[in-house]
Amino acid sequence: MSVEKLVGIVLVSHSAAVAASVAELATGLAGGGTTAPVAPAGGIEGGGFGTSAELISAAAAAVDRGAGVAVLTDLGSAVLTVKALLAEGDELPAGTRLVDAPFVEGAVAAVVTASTGADLAAVEAAAAEAYSYRKV
Amino acid sequence: MLDADFFRRWMTATTASVDREAERLTALDSPIGDADHGSNLRRGFTAVAATLEKEAPDTPGAVLMLAGRQLISTVGGASGPLYGTLLRRTGKALGDAAEVGEQELAQALRTGVDAVMQLGGAAPGDKTMIDALVPAVDALGESFAAARAAAEEGALATTPLQARKGRASYLGERSIGHQDPGATSSALLIAALAEAAGE
Repeated sequence: MSVEKLVGIVLVSHSAAVAASVAELATGLAGGGTTAPVAPAGGIEGGGFGTSAELISAAAAAVDRGAGVAVLTDLGSAVLTVKALLAEGDELPAGTRLVDAPFVEGAVAAVVTASTGADLAAVEAAAAEAYSYRKV
Repeated sequence: MLDADFFRRWMTATTASVDREAERLTALDSPIGDADHGSNLRRGFTAVAATLEKEAPDTPGAVLMLAGRQLISTVGGASGPLYGTLLRRTGKALGDAAEVGEQELAQALRTGVDAVMQLGGAAPGDKTMIDALVPAVDALGESFAAARAAAEEGALATTPLQARKGRASYLGERSIGHQDPGATSSALLIAALAEAAGE
């Protein structure tokens, strides 16, 4: 798969700082070379905690390279807003998927995997697999 | 028969009611939620009223679809996609007819409520907006006034329940004894429907 066709990653959190920091962490851990496009969509427009449909749509459009977009979310309204946007049909790029994964660990797994040129299904599987890693 | 004007009146009455009751909704959301339900819904329905005035959709379905889209965009909390889905799916079920009957509305609203249950994964008894909406839809076949009474009763009946969905569910038993803010705002939505019908 060519480098132009990397899967994009969108990170949706109630907090702009959390979304931006997790994006930075995941990109940093993906290491050198080409990294997959990652966009944070945190908080609501104008600041404050919450979920913005506009920020999510803009982030998804920004990372879309035609290979699909994996969206990872934290909780509550972030999950519901992405599901509602997907149900709308035309709000998110074709091939956008809500990935069921832990936010931080899933983001790292998704960005590292997407940066190898893996397809959307492989990115989704890698992110979801982060659930099975027990810490204790 | 109910035309686009009726549905615009419903949305306008909801906006006025949410605006009036915003502080009470936020107060209900303080002990068991994150204290923003009133301000979030006020922001959402203010945007709904402004958009309906500007774009003037001319069928019942179009009014609800547009209102739902605004709520998903502007609310910022979980009530945005939930109410947005309720109105959009109801609007979609009404299709592009210029007028709809009361029974058609009751049936379409049931489709909308089913979509909300699917989106949020909530069932009756989970202490959510569903506890007001399901009895309201059941009573809508009878009259708008009956739907309003059923929604209000449903909202009051959430007080002794333990929350099983959303932010309040993290509190476990400590959620017991508080009326659910989402069920309360749902009762406002149904009361505004009765108001639009003059009941």
